[in-house]
Amino acid sequence: MKCQQCEKQAVFHITELETGAVRELHLCEDHARVYLNQTEGGGGSADEAEDAAAAGGAAGQLGVGQTADELAALDQKACDMCGITFFEFRNQGRLGCPHDYVQFAKELEPLIANIHGATEHTGRRPSRSPTTAEAAAASGTAELTGVIGLRQEMKDAIVREDYEKAKENRDAIRAIEDRWIPPARPESQE
Amino acid sequence: MQIMKLDTLAQSIGEWLRGTGPESDIVMSSRVRLARNLPQYPFVSRASEQDRADIERFLRERIAMSSAGPGLESIDVGGLEEIDRQFLVERQLISREHADAQGARSVAIDKLEQVSLMINEEDHLRIQCIHSGLDLRGVWEQIKVVDEQIEQFVPYAFHPRFGYLTACPTNVGTGIRVSVMLHLPALVITRQIDKVFRSLHKISLAVRGLYGEGSQAMGDFYQISNQTTLGKSEEELVEQVGDVVPVLIDYERRAREFLVRETEQNVHDQVSRAYGILRTAQTISAEETMQLLSRVRMGVLLGLIGDVKIADINSLLVRTQPAHLQKIRGIELDTKDRNIERARYLRQHFEAGGQNVN
Repeated sequence: MKCQQCEKQAVFHITELETGAVRELHLCEDHARVYLNQTEGGGGSADEAEDAAAAGGAAGQLGVGQTADELAALDQKACDMCGITFFEFRNQGRLGCPHDYVQFAKELEPLIANIHGATEHTGRRPSRSPTTAEAAAASGTAELTGVIGLRQEMKDAIVREDYEKAKENRDAIRAIEDRWIPPARPESQE
Repeated sequence: MQIMKLDTLAQSIGEWLRGTGPESDIVMSSRVRLARNLPQYPFVSRASEQDRADIERFLRERIAMSSAGPGLESIDVGGLEEIDRQFLVERQLISREHADAQGARSVAIDKLEQVSLMINEEDHLRIQCIHSGLDLRGVWEQIKVVDEQIEQFVPYAFHPRFGYLTACPTNVGTGIRVSVMLHLPALVITRQIDKVFRSLHKISLAVRGLYGEGSQAMGDFYQISNQTTLGKSEEELVEQVGDVVPVLIDYERRAREFLVRETEQNVHDQVSRAYGILRTAQTISAEETMQLLSRVRMGVLLGLIGDVKIADINSLLVRTQPAHLQKIRGIELDTKDRNIERARYLRQHFEAGGQNVN
């Protein structure tokens, strides 16, 4: 692939995530450096050190120093639960399921740092059961996202008429849901 | 939870349009939304038709059994005609994305139209709360309770490090968007608005038009909101937006004073002409209407027009939108006929001395 700015080979494949839109850029090394220096720095700050730091952060996100092959391999990486590839995410700007944040944690972290200027949530946490809320919510999410994969496997099993396997998965899904989904309360119908 | 009949809504206006609350001469409304997802399903854009139907039912039933449920009415957005979806967008009860999406989706709203719960928008659940005027704290306190009530019955996808997990990484963490809708006609007239926006961008605040993402700023109405959602607490983000509002209010007030002081005749002429057109036009587009209503709104606040109430103008801003106009008249109209009907509606409204005309 050629650089979008000149005739050289594009070695940087940049995905800009803006609110509601995704823009893809394919640039040679020189133009990528120009681009990175322009876009970073928080909208016109002249502080060079800050610019360099910000560009460094973005470079991590874009895989500076990674070869095209390595980037291609990264693009092929798929989520175990929903099956979305990193390439699909880069194209659409939307993740496939909550498990992506675990599966692609390493790849997403620099991106998240770039968007928010932080990578640690410091706000509210689920408070369903006050004593173990945080741990429970996190492990609940981990187990419940497993249901996404189990459900897909169940569908596949039904297609190939492996009803034994389908039943196994159905029971496994029920067990997880029973453990982590809060008990229902009968709705007062009026 | 009950099933809502949409036509009854057309007869009323939402709480956020009443034109009351602190600073309501400049701050139209204060709004907070939270993005939440279920861990056991793919995000909406990757969910199958069956998944979307299951997510919609699960959330609708679970919200109904929560303490938030009794005050809410549910609308099956997926089953609505386009005009009805548009109608909900104009009232800010659903987003344009929600209206245009595919598959099973619904919204639950309360009677005052302060709370709206969108199911299967970009995220499985979007909780929204709007108040009239500047009341971000009040909005935050209310939405926090709704979020907790729902959480009693709904597992939320949560990561110890990244927080609440969302379909787009731009919302991850708190999942919160805090925004105020401001009416800034004097800053537009005095050409200071771009400068103001540039300084807002520098402190990571976003500026959008009346109907959110990607919409044009019509009639000098602008939404200011936080851009980042992770690394700061919800309270800090509410403050980040809240802190800048008094500054903007001050700029706008000064610009209004400047206009009156330096160019009173001009301003008086402009708002009077705007009022004149609204009262006499025979055909008028939605955009022109909004632009003129914006000018008249400023004229009323500057004491240049005496016999119009702010709440009336706020109400007209929504009721002259395409879907509202057709709902109120009870017939479907093409653009040309809508423009004629809109002009008639405005004339009747002002002749009747500001009483709602149906």
